[in-house]
Amino acid sequence: MQETFTEDQLQFREVVRKFLHDKSPMSAVRQLQETESGYDAEVWRSLGQDLGLPGTHLPEAYGGLGYGPIELGIILEEMGRTLYGGPFLSSAVLAGYATSLFAEEASRQVLIPDISSGILRVALVLDSLSCPELVGKTLTVDAADRLTGRAEIVIDALSADELHVIADSPNGLGLYRVSPSAEEVTLYARESIDLTRKLSSVLFDHAPVERLGQVDAGGLQRFWDLACVALSHEMIGGAGALLESTVEYTKIRVQFGRPIGSFQALKHRCADLLMALEFAKAATYQAAFSLAVDDNPGFVASMAKAMASDCFMETARAAIQLRGGLGFTWEDDTHLFFKRAKCDEVLLGLPHVHRERMIQQMEGNDRAA
Amino acid sequence: MIVQLNEIETAVNQFLDQAFSPDLSLIEWRQRLVAAGWAAPSWPEDCFGRGFTAEQTAVVDRVFKTRRIVGAAQVGPRRLAAETLLVHGSVDQKNRYLPSILTGEHSWCQLFSEPGSGSDLAGAATKAERSGDQWIVNGQKVWNTSAHHADFGILVARTDWDLPKHQGLSYFLIDMRQPGVEVRPLKQMNGHASFNEVFLTDAVVRQDDLVGGEGHGWAVATTTLSIERQGFARGRNPRATHSAPAQGRVYDEEAKELEIDNEPYTWYPQREGRPDLVFERARETGAISDAAVRQEMAKLVCLSEAAKISARFVAAHRKLGNGEVLPAGSIGKLGASVIARQAAQVHTMISGTDAMLSGSGSPMDGVIAETLISVPAISIAGGTDEIQRNIIAERVLGMPKEQRQDTGPFRDIPRNIS
Ligand SMILES: Cc1cc2nc3c(=O)[nH]c(=O)nc-3n(C[C@H](O)[C@H](O)[C@H](O)COP(=O)(O)OP(=O)(O)OC[C@H]3O[C@@H](n4cnc5c(N)ncnc54)[C@H](O)[C@@H]3O)c2cc1C
Repeated sequence: MQETFTEDQLQFREVVRKFLHDKSPMSAVRQLQETESGYDAEVWRSLGQDLGLPGTHLPEAYGGLGYGPIELGIILEEMGRTLYGGPFLSSAVLAGYATSLFAEEASRQVLIPDISSGILRVALVLDSLSCPELVGKTLTVDAADRLTGRAEIVIDALSADELHVIADSPNGLGLYRVSPSAEEVTLYARESIDLTRKLSSVLFDHAPVERLGQVDAGGLQRFWDLACVALSHEMIGGAGALLESTVEYTKIRVQFGRPIGSFQALKHRCADLLMALEFAKAATYQAAFSLAVDDNPGFVASMAKAMASDCFMETARAAIQLRGGLGFTWEDDTHLFFKRAKCDEVLLGLPHVHRERMIQQMEGNDRAA
Repeated sequence: MIVQLNEIETAVNQFLDQAFSPDLSLIEWRQRLVAAGWAAPSWPEDCFGRGFTAEQTAVVDRVFKTRRIVGAAQVGPRRLAAETLLVHGSVDQKNRYLPSILTGEHSWCQLFSEPGSGSDLAGAATKAERSGDQWIVNGQKVWNTSAHHADFGILVARTDWDLPKHQGLSYFLIDMRQPGVEVRPLKQMNGHASFNEVFLTDAVVRQDDLVGGEGHGWAVATTTLSIERQGFARGRNPRATHSAPAQGRVYDEEAKELEIDNEPYTWYPQREGRPDLVFERARETGAISDAAVRQEMAKLVCLSEAAKISARFVAAHRKLGNGEVLPAGSIGKLGASVIARQAAQVHTMISGTDAMLSGSGSPMDGVIAETLISVPAISIAGGTDEIQRNIIAERVLGMPKEQRQDTGPFRDIPRNIS
């Protein structure tokens, strides 16, 4: 297993960081969050067709870059730092992983090249975003290949070219492809706390589907772990950027004739945040290294999700508090991170759910030993 | 020079085949080790070592372990003294002190804290005055772990009262076995007496036992403190374990040595909170079926696993020659405190009312009780949690320092009156 980042990976991070710094500054994020799609099509095109980032973790044989969870994590950490709002998590991470894990060969050949280049934007429809055990409990495909049911929260569905759905069927769980423009499909926007990530609800009423492949329980859990670790990277990225900007603010804001950063209460709070961040980063990187070689990834994936969620939320709370009234304004950027932190915290399982899973895994190992 | 790991293994084995015998005396054996450079292979080649990397040293350790060979003496603050001398010691000091540290002939203690200055180590008021070709030391030190066993001490004392506090300090090596040094054990809240107060009354230090030059004590002490913090961060225990329960004089003498040297440290695993016992205890008591306990257990596992991973990353980073990671020591030390506290809390939840009991008949025959009443030490020893947070905030995050009240000549600075 990798022990630390390679030289190539460090360079890759620089490339991604520079791209996002140039193409997705906070001013653009703020402007785009007011739009319906939430992202800039030209930046998405360049990110996909010039850099191939959406296919980073997808197999080279199908037009991906053929890297793995580590490189994908680097991208998400950098996106988390800038709150990049494009359909990367929805299409590249969630739909991309689902396609490469579950779709049959012929479908993979068709779908992965276009997902990798970003030409095809897919929204993955899941009827639960809180735990894999609940996936497929409300969405079902009948014997006539018609999909019925409702998914309460779907990311980027309104701007997607296709919907991919995990649903139950007489043959068990499967991955299906549905056209969002079919008349048996109803999409409507939901208001989201985090305006940089667009949410909607999707209703299916005997919608025609194309079956892409079978989904088994083990595969679904693997998918969930991969997604959790990707999301954890986004969270440590957000937490890292937020801690840096907060510390900078405490150095320039003066009260009582001195910079507020010289007050020990604030120093100690920042020191604790740095420790939490270092630990959450350690867990998250380790989870990516483990996933890359399949070494007991479930335990560390849950550990990463729990720690990164808590760390991002705690940093976001402090980031507002340490800015005082300014931190509570719409004009200051801090609340954008706070809202992302809140949504990421609940997405794919709250921290306590993942902690419970860790203990279950330890009990399992104990019994096996 | 040997570089390949398998060549190292061969070389160690060859040396052991020729030089080791269980019938040697402990000191004789370790003298051979030191002479051959195998006692501390990570030390520089001109200081009894071989300049090995961590990876190379691990190979040597592994051979020693599998062959059950007695290694160099390990226990207590000797490592602080040795590693500080490696950085700041003169050639003569290294030659006089390092071999007997490795052979175990001499043990050491750290004479830094005083009744009037703990966190504020630079406020030390123990006085060292030059008299002919030696220094005469007067003052009191306190909280000095294993001073009651020590042959020598690393000592911070003031040699100039007119300079600002950090500039008037010097760093000495002092012989503890002399009439001017009186050591009195102090009983701790957990009933042990591993630290002491040390009274220095016209105690004598040789002129050539000044380390780093007069007035440079602060720089040398900082090195010692950072070595100490890293030890906490890596969970390095000042205790040592027997190399193996085997027949022969060298093993018998090692057992006897450890019985004495380890005495101050029997409770040290407990001050780390014993996270290793949590799972077993939760199962035994049935507390594992309590959802609230499971949550707190998982939080503990998160912290202690992340601390280990983080330490591994730092080591891997260092191995690539990327230099020292600044926050590592202080973050690790603070992490160790947080882990210990969380572990103590989880043990409390698991034990319930039995957490009131201690001694035989109490949970794990007193180990849990000792844990609950030893954990507070880890947030104090080696620099308090608050001091680590100051270091992280100011030196890592670059937050502004507070205005100092302690500039100017040391003699004019407000101090504790004893
Ligand atoms: C088990 C144990 C073993 C030890 N072994 C040794 C040893 O071998 N050798 C040795 O020399 N010493 C040893 N010590 C001493 C230890 O290093 C000191 O106790 C420690 O540095 C704190 O100093 P103090 O006790 O004087 O407390 P103080 O410095 O008086 O601190 C009291 C409180 O004030 C806080 N405080 C102080 N300054 C600040 C500040 N600037 N900002 C915020 N808060 C502050 C502290 O965090 C603490 O909470 C040992 C201590 C223990 C508990």
